[in-house]
Amino acid sequence: MAYDEERIARLLKALPPAPEGWVRAAQELPRSRQGLDEIVARAEADARFREALIADLESALAAEGFQPDERTLERLRERFSS
Amino acid sequence: MVLPSLTDAQLVARCRAGEEAAWNELVSRFSRYVYGIAVQAFRLSEHDAEDVFQDCFARVYENLDKLRDDSALRPWIAQLTRRLCIDRLRGGAREQPAVGEEFLGLAEDSMATLDEAMTVHEALAALSGDCREILDRFFAQDQSYRTIGEALDLPAGTIASRISRCLSKLREALEGKNPGSEAV
Repeated sequence: MAYDEERIARLLKALPPAPEGWVRAAQELPRSRQGLDEIVARAEADARFREALIADLESALAAEGFQPDERTLERLRERFSS
Repeated sequence: MVLPSLTDAQLVARCRAGEEAAWNELVSRFSRYVYGIAVQAFRLSEHDAEDVFQDCFARVYENLDKLRDDSALRPWIAQLTRRLCIDRLRGGAREQPAVGEEFLGLAEDSMATLDEAMTVHEALAALSGDCREILDRFFAQDQSYRTIGEALDLPAGTIASRISRCLSKLREALEGKNPGSEAV
């Protein structure tokens, strides 16, 4: 396939950058997954923590010093909704 | 070896080994592609596109071990994004027009263009940092000569000639990737 410069320019324009915040959030995925696994493992091992999560997720996490991002919180809500 | 110069297959191998910098590079390498498919090909709203974008990379992260051919990362990500976009459109069918054959046909055409654009971006990654920066800022980020000049500390009057020189280099790089392309 031949590439003239006009075509190259058009194709360069076709891929503008994704919003920086989206990229950063996706890049942080391994770390947030690690945090999620840690919280779930703790909840499985500690019934009181699990009950606290079910009763008031955000407060229970804050009390234990966890600061999950919004997506991790969503996953935890799905898992520990009362 | 610098991460941006790794092939997709090498990058996948490093991600599987848990190398955080490799994951950052994978997201960075495909972020425009996934964004383009969601927003341009499937015309999702920013809100839906963001959900698709994050879901897509979450699935890539979770299923990287299941990828049978590591060099097929790009088509795999494309199909994953396509499916997520269609699900999103069908899920919100009450607020959005139904996903008909005609719409899907146009989306496929647009995906083909984005795939070609990814090839151009891959070739761009092999050029010098200056050329990469100047072409990306001018074409993909739509910046003016003045903004580029200020950002790169170059006289605005030299930007046009640099763009032209870098475009020629990019063309050579692309034609090097496609032997025989002159004959087409």
